[in-house]
Amino acid sequence: MLVIGERINGMFNAVRKAIETKDKKVIQDIAKKQVQAGAKMLDVNVGPAAADDVAAMQWLVETIQEVVDVPLAIDSAKPPVIKAGLKTCKKKPLINSTTGEMEKLTTLVGLAKEYNAGLLGLTMDEKGIPDSAQSRLEIGLRILAVAMEAGIPTDDIHLDPVFLPVKFGQAQIPIILQTIKDLKALSDPAPKTVCGLSNTSQGCLDRSIINRTILVMALAWGLDEAIADPLDKELMDAMITAELLLNKFIYCDSYLTAYRKAF
Amino acid sequence: MPVERLVEKWTSSVNEVVIGASSSEGGKRSRVVKLGGQSAMPFLSEEGPIPNLPSIAMEVLDTQPKEWPDCLVEPFKDVINNPVKWAKKCQDEYKAEAICLRLLGAHPENKNTPIDETVNLVKELKSSVSLPLIIWGCGNNEKDNQLFPAISQALKGEKCLLGTATQDNYKILAATCLADGHNIIAESPLDINICKQLNILLLDMEMPNNRIVIFPSTGALGYGFEYSYSIMERTRLAALGGDKTMAYPMVAVVSNEVWKTKEAKASESEMPMWGKAAERAIMWESTTAIGFLLAGADLLIMYHPKAIELTRNYINQMTVSQSVSRSAGQLTG
Repeated sequence: MLVIGERINGMFNAVRKAIETKDKKVIQDIAKKQVQAGAKMLDVNVGPAAADDVAAMQWLVETIQEVVDVPLAIDSAKPPVIKAGLKTCKKKPLINSTTGEMEKLTTLVGLAKEYNAGLLGLTMDEKGIPDSAQSRLEIGLRILAVAMEAGIPTDDIHLDPVFLPVKFGQAQIPIILQTIKDLKALSDPAPKTVCGLSNTSQGCLDRSIINRTILVMALAWGLDEAIADPLDKELMDAMITAELLLNKFIYCDSYLTAYRKAF
Repeated sequence: MPVERLVEKWTSSVNEVVIGASSSEGGKRSRVVKLGGQSAMPFLSEEGPIPNLPSIAMEVLDTQPKEWPDCLVEPFKDVINNPVKWAKKCQDEYKAEAICLRLLGAHPENKNTPIDETVNLVKELKSSVSLPLIIWGCGNNEKDNQLFPAISQALKGEKCLLGTATQDNYKILAATCLADGHNIIAESPLDINICKQLNILLLDMEMPNNRIVIFPSTGALGYGFEYSYSIMERTRLAALGGDKTMAYPMVAVVSNEVWKTKEAKASESEMPMWGKAAERAIMWESTTAIGFLLAGADLLIMYHPKAIELTRNYINQMTVSQSVSRSAGQLTG
């Protein structure tokens, strides 16, 4: 599975300070560490506190690209900030994210088309996060339809069934897992499925084991990608082991080492 | 109505391994053999580039073979008691691409040839023959571990292919190959998990990716061939699908596997219904060889010049028909 490193986010204090003081080294270290740990894409989010978020996004993307060559997921709620990131990306970026809300969706599909970017779509809209699999699928289909009409290939669309914190939406978790499988059946070629993994454990005491477990379960339901912390070695080991048990690669006794060397 | 051609596209390629060093690279070989490098299943050049065709090495024994049928002795009868002359004949008369010397006589249960005698033979072979060299050990771990450091040293700079390393006995050979610049054969007993594990062990010893050749163990047609076939095919599919720890060229030993079978050895008087012994045996070797080519073998080790000729013809035909079908473009029906 594709791990999108979540650590470059202005919500983390170190990153926020580095953005404020233009400290490239801090950002570049986090970028390198995540890639070394197995991230194949890095999420980039300037956070809510940045003074000039357009300039901050551009600086972050430039800074990261100086040291790693993985593609980036440009993460913001504001289209101008996303545009600033997309403009600066050297490799095909991923827009993180749109929802099913038509105005936002149309704008971001336009940007995806203009910059040849992938588009991450959350299966929620102006009415909020639906509480049924059916409604999530309807929004997923809406995102796919608008994107397809604009000529974006369906496998450039990454649909996120929106994991809720187990603390607040426990009953939703099984529904969300089922949704992953159903989203894959919406088109051929199928859209990619993705999730923000750490949402599930938000506010919980034992976050790490919850993240690990939901990742393994989601993989079994067909999850392709996760925005997660690649520096959590146990999480990565669980992911590799789940992929092994799903027959995604050939076993050998040192399969954890082998996976890290192989992919 | 045009029929859409479904062509698989792969994300990765097999590592290219070069056997032999010419004078510009510090060796004395007149040519080199390049294995692997492809991003396609065998002969399916529409899937991706296939920069190197499969190669065939001719096998020579360090001791006069026993129990060979007449038709196999015939092409070598004047040289069969002299491995160097035998190799030279393979080079000059049968136009071999590489020579594989198998150290059968060095085995303690065979002639237990002393180390220095074997090393001298290897040195003589190196100076008398200009083709790339493959040295295949006797299979006894203790003896091979004594032999290979000396052989490797004697062949330093020639970028030979030495084998075999196994899961239980790889460290000495790997260290030796690393020190003297040779390539290594990684042998596994018809077990894809051990095949992968051994690759990891070799990589952990810092063996470079472009110096490993996989030997998944081979069986002749009718004698376990299908096990080898499926393992080789899975190995190659994994490699092309992106598993870098499986992305190595593969060698198939056709020679001794085929020529110990009843189909190759039985005389016409024993098996009158099976037709002419020579034709049957040669067909058995070339058919087995072709099977391995289709499974993904990049290097074949063979005995009979006629069987090699048939196999080469097959490779040429498959390559020509590919380029013809490419230029014909879409199939119409």
